Order: sequence, then C-alpha cells, then structure tokens
Amino acid sequence: MLKEHIDDYYKTFPDDRGHFGPYGGRFVGETLMGAIYELQEAYEKYRNDPEFLAEMDKDLSTFVGRPSPLYLAENWTRELGGAQIYLKREDLNHTGAHKVNNTIGQALLAKRMGKNRIIAETGAGQHGVATATVAARMGMECIVYMGAEDVERQAQNVYRMKLLGAKVVAVESGSRTLKDALNEALRDWVTNVDDTFYIIGTVAGPHPYPAMVRDFQTVIGREAKQQMLNKTGKLPDALVACIGGGSNAIGLFHPFIEDESVKMYGVEGAGHGIESGQHSAPLSAGRPGVLHGNRTYLMQDDNGEIVETHSISAGLDYPGVGPEHAWLKDIGRVNYESVTDDEALAAFHELTRNEGIIPALESSHALAYARKLAPTMLPDQTLLINLSGRGDKDMHTVAAMAGMNF
Amino acid sequence: MSRISQCFEKLKKDGQSALIPYVTAGDPEPWVTVPLLHALVDAGADIIELGIPFSDPMCDGPVIQKACERALKNDVSIISVLKMVKQFREKNQETPIVLMGYANPIESMGYSVFAKQAQEAGVDGVLTVDVPPEESDDFRLTMDEHGIDTIYLVAPTTSEARMKVIASFARGFIYYVSIKGVTGAAALDIEEVTGKLATLRKITDLPLGVGFGIRDGKSAASVAKIADAVVVGSTLVKCIEEHARAERLEELPAAVAGLVAEMRHAINANDLASA
Repeated sequence: MLKEHIDDYYKTFPDDRGHFGPYGGRFVGETLMGAIYELQEAYEKYRNDPEFLAEMDKDLSTFVGRPSPLYLAENWTRELGGAQIYLKREDLNHTGAHKVNNTIGQALLAKRMGKNRIIAETGAGQHGVATATVAARMGMECIVYMGAEDVERQAQNVYRMKLLGAKVVAVESGSRTLKDALNEALRDWVTNVDDTFYIIGTVAGPHPYPAMVRDFQTVIGREAKQQMLNKTGKLPDALVACIGGGSNAIGLFHPFIEDESVKMYGVEGAGHGIESGQHSAPLSAGRPGVLHGNRTYLMQDDNGEIVETHSISAGLDYPGVGPEHAWLKDIGRVNYESVTDDEALAAFHELTRNEGIIPALESSHALAYARKLAPTMLPDQTLLINLSGRGDKDMHTVAAMAGMNF
Repeated sequence: MSRISQCFEKLKKDGQSALIPYVTAGDPEPWVTVPLLHALVDAGADIIELGIPFSDPMCDGPVIQKACERALKNDVSIISVLKMVKQFREKNQETPIVLMGYANPIESMGYSVFAKQAQEAGVDGVLTVDVPPEESDDFRLTMDEHGIDTIYLVAPTTSEARMKVIASFARGFIYYVSIKGVTGAAALDIEEVTGKLATLRKITDLPLGVGFGIRDGKSAASVAKIADAVVVGSTLVKCIEEHARAERLEELPAAVAGLVAEMRHAINANDLASA
C-alpha cells in the first residue's frame, strides 16, 4: 500500500480538476463543458449549505427510511465459522436499493439550479426507478434511457418507471445495454443542455459526478461506522461490497479509507469466468482508457474499442468503473476481486435460506466473496457487507435459472 | 508551415472558403475508403476529415453511429485507418487529412506511438471530440512534436474566456460546432453562427471552420460567406449508407462526390457573386 497517499487522502483526492491520480477528469465534448462547470459550481455552493443538508437529511429519514439498520447475520456466521458477519441493510431503503441516496441529492441540486427536466440512464432499472421516484415527488419531467435489451429483460421496472410518470426510451444503438443508454443520455444532454439536469447513477462520468455521487452515498459508510462502534466497540476488520460502477462500494469504503486497520474488498462480476472473456470485471481484467467522461479501467480490445460485457446481474453489466476505484486499486488501498455468476447465485440462495433475506444479484457478488473470506478470519473479528439492494427485481432471473417462467 | 495552414493561406489568397467533407474510415467496406477520398478531392474537397470508428460515439447522431458500426463490423481499427491514409498519400501529397474521433483508440495505442505513426502515414491534424483543452496537455505537446495540428472545438455554449484558452491551444484551424446537439441533428441558425464567429475573430487569427447542420449546397454557401471552412459530414455519410449494399457499392464514390461537387459549386457561386 502506498502510505503517503492514504494519510492525507481526503484532502488530496480528487484534485480541483477531478483527478484521482491519473484517473477521472472531464472527457466530454466542448458543448457540455459549460454545463459541467455550472454543476460543479452549484455543487460546491450547496454541498456544505446547512439548509440543503437539512432538506436532504429530512428526505433520507422520512422518505427513504434512513438510517438503514446494521444486522448481525448470526445463522450464516455460525454456518461459515470465522468472522462475525454484519450486513448494512441498504435493501430496506425506499425503492429497494442504495441508489435513492444519490437521486435525492442530485434532484435537490437540480431544483436549486432551476432545471426542471431530468434525464437518467439505467441498466437493470434500479437507478431509473430511483430517479423516476424523486422526479414524481418533486414534480419534474423525467426521461430514462435504457438499452432495448434491458427494456425487454426488465419489463417490471419499466412499468414501475412509467407508473411514476417517467418516459422510458429504449436505446437501439450499439450493444443495446447500459453503456449505450449512457451514450444516449449524453446525446440528450448535449441537445437540451440549457434546461436539463443529468442524474448519473454511479460514481463515473465527468468531474464532478464521481466525487458528488460518492459524497451522496457516503451516508452508508458514515452510518455503518457509527453503528459498528456502538455495537462492537471497534471498527470492522473487513468491508466487502460489489462493484459495477462502484457507487455502493465507495459509499461504504470512503469513510474508512484513512482507517488503515480496515481491509476492503470490492467484488466485480466474473460472469462465466474471467478466462471466458464474458464478464464485467474491468479492474480485474481490463486496462486504463477513456470512456463516458473519465479515464478509468475499461474492458476494451487491442484497438481501444469497448467490448461487450456479461454478468448475471444487470447492475454490474458495464465495461467501466468509477475512477476513484481505479486509483484505490493502483495505490493498493482496496483489494479488487471477482466472483462468477454461479458463485453469486449460490450465495443468493444461501443468504435467503439462512437469514430470510433475499438479496439483489448485485449484492450477492459481495456475499459470495464474503463467504470465502469469513472462514479465514477469527471469531473475534468482524466483517461488514454492504447489502446494497433487495432481490425482488431478480425473481424472474433466478426462476429462469431453475427452469421456471412466470 | 503545416499542410493545413498552407492550404488555408492559398485559399485566402484566392478569396475562397475550404470545403471539408467528413467520412468514417472503412464505411461501409475498408477498400472503398481510399478511392472515395480521391473522388472527394476531385469533386472539390480542400481538406479531408477522416473518422476513426469508435464503439461508443456519444457526440454523434444515429447516421455516424451506424457508420461506426458498419466499419467496426469489418474490424477497421485505428491502425487500418493509418494504413488508408498512407495509401491515399501514394497518389496525393497535397490535400491535408484530419483524423477525427474519440480519445480511447488513441489512448489505447499510446500518444507517442500514434503521433509517430500518424506523421509517417501523412496525417496533418487530429481532432478528438471528447478531449477538451483541460485534459489535452500531454496529447497536444506530443502531437506538436510530430508536426500534427491539434484541432479544437468551440461550441455555442463556450464562454469568451474559454474561447481564449482554446485559441491558444489550437493549431491549423478552429472548428465551430454550430448547434447544441449531436452530428446531423438539426439545421443551423446562420445569424447566431455569424455572431459567434465575429466574437471568435476578435480572439484569434486562426481560420474558422463551421460544422454540424450543413446539409446541401445552399447551407454550405451561406456558411462559406462567413467562415473559412465548411465541414459537412452526416449528409455524406447518409449517402454512403444508401449505397452500402453490395450491388450499389460501385456507384458510391461518384454519388458522394456528386454531393461534394454540388456544394463546391454553390460555394464558388458565392465568390463569383462577391467578386
């Protein structure tokens, strides 16, 4: 681990141009640069504004249901033998995942900036639902871009968004998945830049998005830290979270980065196995490049073209990752691992049966890695997993694996 | 002086505006590109903008997106684009070529390797649409070392303060994006463009090109009245798309060149009218 980067981490990263070491930055067309600076200014203005923070806290408490509980998974701990396993229950949030922490923050910012038209991209539909939800409540117009293939796979979430008053646009270009939805949202933004606020769903995109989305998600880690101290009298020994773009992971990790005793594990989707090439693990098997506004690890071919990804979990099915994770990998502060579809699915069933909690397939990747890690730890040690979402949305996928169709 | 600057000097002396057609390299078939480029020059192109296909062209509208997809289906890489330029240079040493594309294929190759090979192939300028001045220090310096002009965009949303920074970084010419939107999306508003170019002229002596939203001879001619260069892309790429099927491929270069010739005529008619 590069210690000099850890001691002053919070003061140093990102720098004022949005760089985390060589990663991050602002890689967008000139037409959007003005809007990105405007957003940065607004964010700087409001991020410590007592009135803004009070409004957000109120929404997080009465609308989302925060703080989310810390849960000791006693049965699973006993079965695995080793560290005490705790779950941070983001699955209990309104709309079913951590995504809403961020959409509330950005929508409140949009309101203050006088932008009444909201756009968003979505993969599985969780961020789309979280965006449509806050837009409905705040009376804003909402357009959600979703890959045509995901629209077919996630019909229920599409219907939820429509119920909430959002317009869902099926994107037919490219691989017709999340990355293409992001391209299309950027195209919309450049066309309607004057009145439109783009709510990005993860810690990627041009600066200030990676830092801003992170800040909205660190409520997870700040709560968890206090809850662990209250419950066990010490910091956790290890943190585990799944990584697609990486917003739930950074939300949990960030408040612990300067606490060197806390080990951290980010878990990517290994799909059918890293060696198969069909996965969504840029940190484990990709290399740095530039896409969607930032420099980061990407899944790409020898010519720098972005390749198609695969994961059982639509929320992890993305060829890039937030730039701060790229940096945390390079400096050795976080260990990035990957688990396959099958391992995630096994963990999904195990938690469901042992604890009566049905996890999202994304979060099941964190569970699958924790399942390997816990037995290597001592019973007086603690392992905290971010249970980033609930599995209701995944019923049809899991049922299909078992040969059932609704 | 770079081939691009020489080209603008000569046109200025003749009182003409440059016509810059854009095509995506390798669209619809790799072998079509070099003959097509020669046909464009014969039809009156002064500079050629050659697109490097990219899997995620987020600043482009559906027409150029599909062109990228067609080229990538044929495995057209940045290396093959440089080979096409080299082949073009065997018969043409005068017409400047600007490569236009996105950062990642160039990042993937490495700035120095790309710059060296591009220079050897006979590339004169490069425009990466998703690399704003803020992120372009290394890129610009490396291209400079190899005598390749870095072309920058100015948009309707660009402030005067930013225009000054961009002008200080730009080489060859400045490309004014005439509309808020993606390529091929809408028609430009000539009055608004006129105002922006006037502001830019106060800031820089570099030639000013205008692109996005030019569709035919008429719009090309009206832009040529106020700009030093007229860039036209989606209209030509649409014509390529219409000739992409095997049985129409033979007609493709002539059809696209016909559109360029029509624009050339319309622009030249301006010059006659004002002479």
